[in-house]
Amino acid sequence: MARDLLLRGGRIVDPSQNMDVVGDVLLRDGNVEACGASLGTPDGAEIVDCAGLIVTPGMIDVHVHMREPGREDVETIKSGAHSAAAGGFTAVCAMPNTRPVTDNQATVGFVKRQGEAAGFARVYPYGAISVGSKGETLAEMGEMISAGAVAFSDDGYPVSSSQLMRTALEYARTFGVPVAEHCEDMSLAHGGSMNESAVSARLGLKGIPNEAEEIYVIRDILLAKRTGGHIHMCHMSTKGSVELIRWGKERGVNVTAEVCSHHISLTDERVGQYDTNAKMNPPLRSAEDVEALQQGLADGTIDLLVTDHAPHHYDEKEREFADAPNGIVGLETALGVNCTWLLHRGVMSLSAMVDSMSCKPAKVFGLPGGTLRAGSLGDVTVFDPNRVWTVDPKQFKSKGRNTPYGGVQLTGQARYTVVGGRVVFAAT
Amino acid sequence: MNGPLGKDLLGLDELTADQIRLILDTAVPFKEVSERQIKKVPTLRGMTIVNLFFEASTRTRVSFEFAEKRLSADTVNVASSGSSVSKGETLVDTARNLEAMRIDMVVIRHPASGAARFLAERIDSNVINAGDGTHEHPTQALLDILTLRDRFGDLAGRRVCIVGDVLHSRVARSNIHGLRKLGAEVAVCGPRSLLPNAVEELGVQVFDRIEAAIEWAEALNILRLQLERMQAGYIPSLREYNRVFGVTSERLDKAPHDLLILHPGPMNRGVEIDSDVADGPHSVILHQVTNGVAVRMAVLYLLAGGRPDLADAAKGGAR
Repeated sequence: MARDLLLRGGRIVDPSQNMDVVGDVLLRDGNVEACGASLGTPDGAEIVDCAGLIVTPGMIDVHVHMREPGREDVETIKSGAHSAAAGGFTAVCAMPNTRPVTDNQATVGFVKRQGEAAGFARVYPYGAISVGSKGETLAEMGEMISAGAVAFSDDGYPVSSSQLMRTALEYARTFGVPVAEHCEDMSLAHGGSMNESAVSARLGLKGIPNEAEEIYVIRDILLAKRTGGHIHMCHMSTKGSVELIRWGKERGVNVTAEVCSHHISLTDERVGQYDTNAKMNPPLRSAEDVEALQQGLADGTIDLLVTDHAPHHYDEKEREFADAPNGIVGLETALGVNCTWLLHRGVMSLSAMVDSMSCKPAKVFGLPGGTLRAGSLGDVTVFDPNRVWTVDPKQFKSKGRNTPYGGVQLTGQARYTVVGGRVVFAAT
Repeated sequence: MNGPLGKDLLGLDELTADQIRLILDTAVPFKEVSERQIKKVPTLRGMTIVNLFFEASTRTRVSFEFAEKRLSADTVNVASSGSSVSKGETLVDTARNLEAMRIDMVVIRHPASGAARFLAERIDSNVINAGDGTHEHPTQALLDILTLRDRFGDLAGRRVCIVGDVLHSRVARSNIHGLRKLGAEVAVCGPRSLLPNAVEELGVQVFDRIEAAIEWAEALNILRLQLERMQAGYIPSLREYNRVFGVTSERLDKAPHDLLILHPGPMNRGVEIDSDVADGPHSVILHQVTNGVAVRMAVLYLLAGGRPDLADAAKGGAR
């Protein structure tokens, strides 16, 4: 039997029970035993001093790319889950754009088992919406759910057929899981490598207009309205998308949405002189978009903060801009970025930020955790919102080094990550 | 160590007006070298220059090669076909291998925007951008501007309109930056589908109709309309393009004043420009080509550390 773990004397912020008190969290047998002001110390318990730190339900990132199976040279489930733990995440949802595509129960089971074997953050597999993510035939969602899939997405590609998306929403509704869309009109975005703006005009790069995203956002909202299915909007990047989601929510559509830490902190100016570490899809947008996304988070239109963690080999990013792959790593910088841009600049309260990183992800995706109520999963994040540090990509636990935050000073960092009542990461 | 232009010439966006003037002024004495019977001076003797062309080019490559040879540099041409490039070697590896052979300068033409800078940031040799994607083509704009200056003198307040496919044109971007820095007023004219969405933010005004542009401008720089644009659906047909945007003598005759006609080449006669305009009295198209060699000699000279005040003496050498 494992020892009890007592997280002592931290400020417990748990929006799921409107809790904000200085106190202790006691973990026993993988679950939360108790949580509140001065619990006392059970015999033989391992004690972690959390004085001056924030203690929250474990943070969950519902949008990461683990690259396994297929590109283990770039990231493995083990290195990705280690990276997640180092960033304060107790669970992640792994996107299915692996090689082969995670579109069947065998691959779903493999991802789940690799996550369990890694022993860091929990890894919940996504299944593909369509076979091979080709957008043609519905994948076997029922079987994948039996094998551990928690949601479905063809992330990386939009579901271009409206009929297939309608069917996917209806079929997934049967199982009560969300369908997560990568919103991008490929005919508009084709060949684009950054936001369409004055910056792209100057750099001579083909731009991706905001409308490439928004056209899919409204289409999917309308399909969710028709079918009653749960549509989840991946990585929202534009002001228009926020407005459309607000429109949908006001009408009771079952729509939820996420935004990446980079989209609430950086603009397309960060591309600078063709910096491929600022290349991702959707691209960094304008200051107006960034502000609207922050506001959307603050007023609850956007539900979740995610990373879209996407490691690439450095050789692949060391390319001409238009030819470089999309994506950046994010698991180890997200908390710092969110604290720096949202918390310390007054965009969100501490409890609202924790809600978007810990509680709502569990709620939206029907995952265990997201609360410190007695009897719930023993997943806890302990962080210092005021710790100032400078991002050094060489220190990442992820195999990826592709970040636009290298050398940037952030305020806020994870100190302990607890999964199933066990400390899986402790900052040095 | 670096001369008045810095290590590289990557674009006119990053040059000051004084640096642009310096190149133009330096080009003037070099023009004369090409008029001699023995067109060679020893200025760059012993220097090795690689012309690294990842895209087909005749005019620019030949112009650079003449400029290099007339300055006595040793030159090697590397074209993308038949070299390791076509075997999938990355740009950075190609560059490092060339540099390992101890070269002094690289002239690069590449289909990706930003490729010249990418190279310049990774090797110690001087890098000259001979056209990167749809970003910049600085020496082309410099020769266009030199040609305009030959006719107009000071360009401040002069009105130049760039006509055609601005969206895909590195020549347009370099011209816009260079002309504006020298105080000229710059406009663009073309179908909106071939203009960047945010083109006004580059500091230009937009004419939707060629007739209005002709009425306003003192010079037209007419861009080549590439056949691929029609195939990609940006315009309905080349025929219609000529009917709506073609620069014809009929349209020019209605202008209140004569217009200088420039074209960076190669021309599609009967599409963006009619033959009687291209070959007409106000065309300076061949003058541009002549100036191209002089401008490139000036750039090579300045990047090699040549002193601008000695440019006149530098050409003295081997008469």
